[in-house]
Amino acid sequence: MNETVISTILILTSLGIVAAIILYLVSKRFYVKEDPRIAEVEEALPATNCGGCGQPGCRAFAEALVKASDLSELHCPVGGNEVMKEVADILGLEAVEKDPYIAVVRCSGSFEHRKKTNIYDGSASCTIAAELYSGDTGCAYGCLGLGECEDVCDFDAIHINPITGLPVVIEDKCTACNACVTACPKDIIELWPVGRKSQRIYVACINEDKGGTARKSCSVACSGCSKCMEECGYDAISISNNLASIDFEKCKLCAKCVGVCDAQSIIADNIPIARLEKLEAKRQREAEKKKLEAQKAKEAAKAAKA
Amino acid sequence: MSQSTLLTVSPSPHVHTQLTVKQIMWRVVIAMVPALLISLYNFGISALLITMMAILFCALTEYLIVKYLLHQEVTLFDGSAVITGALLAFNVPTNLPIYILLVGSVVAVGIGKLSFGGLGNNPFNPALVGRVFLLISFPVEMTSWPVPGGLLSGIDAVTGATPLGLLKDGLRSGLAVPEIMSEAPGYLSMFIGTQAGSLGEMSSLALLIGLIFMLQQKVITWHVPVAVIASVFAFSGLFWLIDPTQYADPIFHVLSGGVMLGAIFMATDYVTSPVSHRGMLIFGLGIGFFTVLIRLFGGYPEGISFAILIMNAFVPLINKYAKQHRYGTGRKAAFEVSEKELVH
Amino acid sequence: MSINLGNTLKTFHQGGIHPDDAKLSADAAIKPLPTPKIVTIPIAQHIGKPAKILVQRGDMVKAGQIIATHEGFVSANIHSSVCGKVGVIDEMMDSTGFKHTAITVRVKGDDWAEEIDLSKDLNRSINDSAKEIVEKIMAAGVVGMGGAAFPSHVKLSVPEGKQVDHLLINGVECEPFLTADHRLMLERPEEILVGTQILMRALGVKKAVICIEDNKHDAIDLMSSKLEDYEGISVQGLQVKYPQGGEKQLIQAVLDREVPSGGLPVDVGAIVHNVGTTYAVYQAVQKNKPLVERVVTVTGRSLETPSNFLVRIGTPVVNLIAEAGGLPEQAGKVVSGGPMMGKAIADLNVPIAKATSGILIIDEEESKREQEYNCLHCGKCVEVCPIGLEPYYLMLLAKNHKTSETSQEHILDCMECGSCSWVCPSNRPILDYIRLGKSEVKKTQTA
Repeated sequence: MNETVISTILILTSLGIVAAIILYLVSKRFYVKEDPRIAEVEEALPATNCGGCGQPGCRAFAEALVKASDLSELHCPVGGNEVMKEVADILGLEAVEKDPYIAVVRCSGSFEHRKKTNIYDGSASCTIAAELYSGDTGCAYGCLGLGECEDVCDFDAIHINPITGLPVVIEDKCTACNACVTACPKDIIELWPVGRKSQRIYVACINEDKGGTARKSCSVACSGCSKCMEECGYDAISISNNLASIDFEKCKLCAKCVGVCDAQSIIADNIPIARLEKLEAKRQREAEKKKLEAQKAKEAAKAAKA
Repeated sequence: MSQSTLLTVSPSPHVHTQLTVKQIMWRVVIAMVPALLISLYNFGISALLITMMAILFCALTEYLIVKYLLHQEVTLFDGSAVITGALLAFNVPTNLPIYILLVGSVVAVGIGKLSFGGLGNNPFNPALVGRVFLLISFPVEMTSWPVPGGLLSGIDAVTGATPLGLLKDGLRSGLAVPEIMSEAPGYLSMFIGTQAGSLGEMSSLALLIGLIFMLQQKVITWHVPVAVIASVFAFSGLFWLIDPTQYADPIFHVLSGGVMLGAIFMATDYVTSPVSHRGMLIFGLGIGFFTVLIRLFGGYPEGISFAILIMNAFVPLINKYAKQHRYGTGRKAAFEVSEKELVH
Repeated sequence: MSINLGNTLKTFHQGGIHPDDAKLSADAAIKPLPTPKIVTIPIAQHIGKPAKILVQRGDMVKAGQIIATHEGFVSANIHSSVCGKVGVIDEMMDSTGFKHTAITVRVKGDDWAEEIDLSKDLNRSINDSAKEIVEKIMAAGVVGMGGAAFPSHVKLSVPEGKQVDHLLINGVECEPFLTADHRLMLERPEEILVGTQILMRALGVKKAVICIEDNKHDAIDLMSSKLEDYEGISVQGLQVKYPQGGEKQLIQAVLDREVPSGGLPVDVGAIVHNVGTTYAVYQAVQKNKPLVERVVTVTGRSLETPSNFLVRIGTPVVNLIAEAGGLPEQAGKVVSGGPMMGKAIADLNVPIAKATSGILIIDEEESKREQEYNCLHCGKCVEVCPIGLEPYYLMLLAKNHKTSETSQEHILDCMECGSCSWVCPSNRPILDYIRLGKSEVKKTQTA
């Protein structure tokens, strides 16, 4: 009995030692030499592997960073300037500050505003539906509401609101990794600069149909009426293909355009309601003033005739 | 032309076969009925009792685990737990204590199926996982079979050995095969099913009726059962030809033990068998090979359960390499080209 | 390679399914549908470039007059199907489910272009050379009428270095419910045979086989009885099995050859044309009549009178349904084409196009998909796939966007016959995801 125990212990121990030696030799023999900074940089990165930087993962991005001679072309949208600064310090390069971005949804055709014209019963994938036909509403441009953006989001930052059927971006969580932008087959989601005080103004519609057709399918569709363009004092709004679009580089966030839109398809994120109300009151005053003036002019004309 | 109700739009195809998972599962259950009837005749009411208990335990295990451990919607009524339960019962002696059956059911459904993510994801046949677990944990209870005594005999029938057990024991005590065979039941009685054995494995006839039903209903194809039986026949026949005094003849091997049950009901499990016909044949061939190997040279008298589990492990590999012919590749696709080359 | 004329039924060798063929309208003779008040004619009814519009709003056009001309070689002419005044030319919804440019014509009178021979007399003497035939077919805007809508003149222009020895005339109509080709074979057998001879001359082949499934026994008998006067043409009966009407399956069934992966039928010396196309070819070559009308089956289990109509291209779908008894109360889905490969349409005002072979009305309870379960790896989709792919696996890969793997697994060989989705006992939308995978692979190939 004793002998068996001892021999067992001996055999197992020697087996272990032999295996350890083999492992040690193999790891020595096949050791791959790599720049230690890659590991260091990788450590600094957020390790989300989201692909927002354009590389397949954080490791690949770290390798690209180490190889790069300047950092102007490389940016980690998730970590932002803070992480890039850290990386720059490790690599001894100059950090390049970039404006933080966020995803915005350019469709406001909720269930209420955009009536269904048929029932979609295929797989719950926007891409499949988009390849099948133009959608379950009259609008061929709008959100399909099947949530592909939600599925691809690694950060739990975009969700379909069950009441409106439209995706909503959670500002604090969105890292602008671009995943939802590429996933959306209708190209409704765009990346915008977060903006001063997180304020943004954009047209939440991409319908390029003629005004009447667009409005018939969706009550909040941009008809390309150009009222907003006329209102804008900074030349930030342009109309093309029956659709208004705002240039975020020119927009000064004055929010004058928001109120003039009949369709309410210009969305103002985080702009204080008080300011919008003030603008609206001012607009009404001006309208009344104009009306009065017109009346006066009319009366004056009448008097002159008389 | 009122269009008040909205039309449905979905990608093609717009029609679907009537044969869905539920119906397939229930058809398998129907196919098991003849074997159960034979068992009922042989072992009396305990056969039915064991089957019912096993089904109940399996269904209950699934229900409780899915609902309280996984917090998912209970998909009990796809019938898969019923089949696992019935197959487990088919693989145990009718005098098995109920608590052992309970253990087997929990292992079969809990470990064999749900721990891998439920129906469709399990690499091993759940009923066999349960069965083999019991065989190893309770070897005595699992291998003392009651001797069939007809419907009216009491439950306390004497226990006896299966033909395979007789063979193994006989060979161990130095007897030659012909001598042992004189004690074993004849082929006809083994075909109809009056020898000792597990609940559902005795009657080749009843199991074959089940197979014909499943083939006719297009539940399964012939490839797996035929490959298993043919392979058991071939490999055992090979040894029999080498030395008929040491090895039993192939007909004995096909009719005895769980070969029929395994070939028809266990190895054909969708989830744990290959997808292509070519793969199914390889899979069946392997099962037969390992069964004969274990029966002739292993410690256990019977090897089909182990053989199926071993081959289950090879299924992903088989699926990867045993692909079916792809249209437009190979000789017929190049046919015209070569002919033309001759002309020019 | 000899073709047996006997009664032995052939079929393709791999996969296939047997759905209920439900040929409800098989006995309904072809009836001309009254000309609608307005027709909508899309300029892209074919594979290839959309045609270039030749008319303007307000122009008067005659029936059969060209209104849009082919742009490049792989494209097709478009003719007005009615006599009247050109109305709005704009983006309009068509049966593809998307908006495309279309020309509307408001009907006034029924004048046809002068050169068209409207008589019903059979003209059996073929006077044109191969080149003239192809030109006439091209001018008439003939496209594949079985569903793919591939311009026929392209198929007839055999590439340099390729040889064709067999012309197959596809009268299989394996899609359940559809009977348009069946009726055409019963009512215009000789025109189809003359059309076949025209195609044979255009291709320079000596053998043509008219392929008909066994559920159209009357058509097999009728066509066989007329063969005497037409040299080189034979009739081949085929077992009923879906998707036998696919070019690849038909070539395998009749000639025992396989079109190479990624290749064309011409690579194995065969050309396949649909019987509807063959009839259109006869009209184009012998009667100078362009493709402006076609036979369309209107059918469905709850439809009052399942029918076969001779319809002017551009007629709204709603007119056909009204003529067949109106949209039934329990209708849940309207499909343009057959139930296996047809396209569900959302708007009943979309026009009939050159390749619309049928309008199928599916009842409400059958139009919704059933609950989806886990994949059991039962292998049924593998068993039925006529190409020998592994649909369950392709779905899994496509769902996870494994584009290079799907490409390696020959996903592009899938012809979207739908057998896998049809057979799946777990009701999994296999084909939905295979399509997704295919489009992703195509995207990476063009990128």
